[in-house]
Amino acid sequence: MSASLADEGLVIPDAPTEPGEFERSLRLLRDNGRKLLVAYVTGGLHDEWPDVVRAVADAGADAIEIGIPFSDPVMDGPIIQEASELALRDGASPVTVLDTLRTIDAGVPLAVMTYYNLAFHMGHERFAASLHEAGVRAAILPDLPLEEVGPWATAADPAGIETVMLAAPTAPDERLPRVVARSRGFVYAVGLLGVTGERDALAASSLVIARRLKAITDKPVLVGVGVSNAQQAAEVSQVADGCVIGSALMRRVVAGEGPAGAGAFIAEVRAALDAS
Amino acid sequence: MSLSEPSASGRFGEFGGRYVPETLVPACQELEAAFRDAWADQTFRDELDALLADYAGRPSPITECHRLSEELGVRVLLKREDLNHTGSHKINNVLGQALLAKRMGKTRLVAETGAGQHGVASATAAALMGMECKVFMGEVDMERQALNVFRMKLLGAEVVPAMSGSRTLKDAVNEAMRDWVATVENTHYCLGSVMGPHPYPWMVREFHTVIGKESREQCAKLLENEIPDVVTACVGGGSNAIGIFSGFADTTAELVGVEPAGGAAVGRGVPGVVHGMKSYLMQDEFGQVQEAHSISAGLDYPGVGPEHSHLSSIGRARYEQVTDAEVIEAFQLLSRTEGIIPALEPAHALAWVIRDRAKLAGKTVLLNMSGRGDKDVAQMMEILG
Repeated sequence: MSASLADEGLVIPDAPTEPGEFERSLRLLRDNGRKLLVAYVTGGLHDEWPDVVRAVADAGADAIEIGIPFSDPVMDGPIIQEASELALRDGASPVTVLDTLRTIDAGVPLAVMTYYNLAFHMGHERFAASLHEAGVRAAILPDLPLEEVGPWATAADPAGIETVMLAAPTAPDERLPRVVARSRGFVYAVGLLGVTGERDALAASSLVIARRLKAITDKPVLVGVGVSNAQQAAEVSQVADGCVIGSALMRRVVAGEGPAGAGAFIAEVRAALDAS
Repeated sequence: MSLSEPSASGRFGEFGGRYVPETLVPACQELEAAFRDAWADQTFRDELDALLADYAGRPSPITECHRLSEELGVRVLLKREDLNHTGSHKINNVLGQALLAKRMGKTRLVAETGAGQHGVASATAAALMGMECKVFMGEVDMERQALNVFRMKLLGAEVVPAMSGSRTLKDAVNEAMRDWVATVENTHYCLGSVMGPHPYPWMVREFHTVIGKESREQCAKLLENEIPDVVTACVGGGSNAIGIFSGFADTTAELVGVEPAGGAAVGRGVPGVVHGMKSYLMQDEFGQVQEAHSISAGLDYPGVGPEHSHLSSIGRARYEQVTDAEVIEAFQLLSRTEGIIPALEPAHALAWVIRDRAKLAGKTVLLNMSGRGDKDVAQMMEILG
């Protein structure tokens, strides 16, 4: 397979051996015994979104994923779809989100989470450079799996953008190490079969995938998709190095709870992680 | 040239690929392997051929349109996919995929649908093979194709409205993919066109090559030159077009795809990535996918199958655009002159023939009549008053 991919100019470059800025920052916290919390905030949703980012950082998020809204978010459930649609209706674009991001001094590392077409359309080099200029150090592109990541990673690695790979419960044992080897920043463990969104209980699959990943890598392993509240965050972080919280936070923002509500929720999750 | 197999990464030239969430990568790989295995297995091919003959009613005839030809000064032949069971070419693909899904041990089909033709075909195949079936359909399309919604329910399928975005075919695809991400262990995504991640564009084409194969044989008997001058079909995702093109790609026949002006991915799009594939795509200056606007729910799609992008870029096929008004005229003309009420989708191809009749004068045109117009009658009644 890889030989023929090379024939097509689709070489997947090896990830640099040295961790980047984003990963170093998460490793440092993890190695000091802290459970990691990454919060997801949709960029461009209401004028106050920069304040939501600051509030979430102040409340104890260790890094923040900024969602650049895309018209067709196939990996996202109803809440993030709605947040994206509202932001797009308000005129959000990669340019407006990154311009605003440049002015936010959140004090924690920033990643973007968006879909590949926005990077492809702008051009890989230009997209990677604009992320870096805006203070972003990592990118999560959920529709860009290992086999397709080559051309993007070739531009992103030298630009100082760490591409976080998703590791899914469906991956066979022979595939996981290859996904992990290409992942930078952290390894995004997909907690369940499904799209982003809140669930009543933590899926057993999230502990299974976290365990499988922890057994093969020293990179930070964070579980996302379906981690819905403080108690579930603490539960999954018994095995994983931490978690990503998105829909549960964005539901509050979409409902108009504002920076204060967002901060209070993240503080609650932080407290549960610290107590676990 | 004949249409070739895609590259190892699932590409036709620079188009195609497999841009799916990591969760679905193993499922796409498994599907590719299962399809290769089945397609090389004579037992599978025989079983499918028997279904196509005894259940779907193949081969479909070619009808020579005497009165229409006289009126246009162009010899028009119709490949009658509208006479298949369920009323369109879609049955070719779903019988293949449902049979494959069963072979893979899947018990449930999920599908997207625009006009409802693929949804009806999927529901039909599921009923035939005793499988569960869930069809996503844009809320807007559910209103304009209420008859097909009822038909799917009658066949035992669950029809779920896609409420996000433009609430048409594009959003139904998103919802079907989201469902598949959650249910991949027991579910096969029965994709309805030559689009999506590898192996779909290739696999769906293979299931529709029966259209091209039959047409080639029928034309050999019917035509003095054995091949028509022009082979034309409407293009949304492009499955009926690729099916008929496949029979003539290695001939001198000109291949013409006809897109709706409001959803002309080849004509007005630039390369982009959505729904698992790289292809021409209508998008804004930032890469947000634009909403298509067409009178035909089945062609209301901002993208196109990657092989069409490839055929266009290498110049083997060309792609024309027609307006809703031209389609309405074509719809009526065929009904009046030949006693065939076409679906709005193939009426696009006819609309192009009518518009370009001067250039086509004296030529023989083979047009894929991909579906019958019963589903569109209520909508046309409103428009024509």
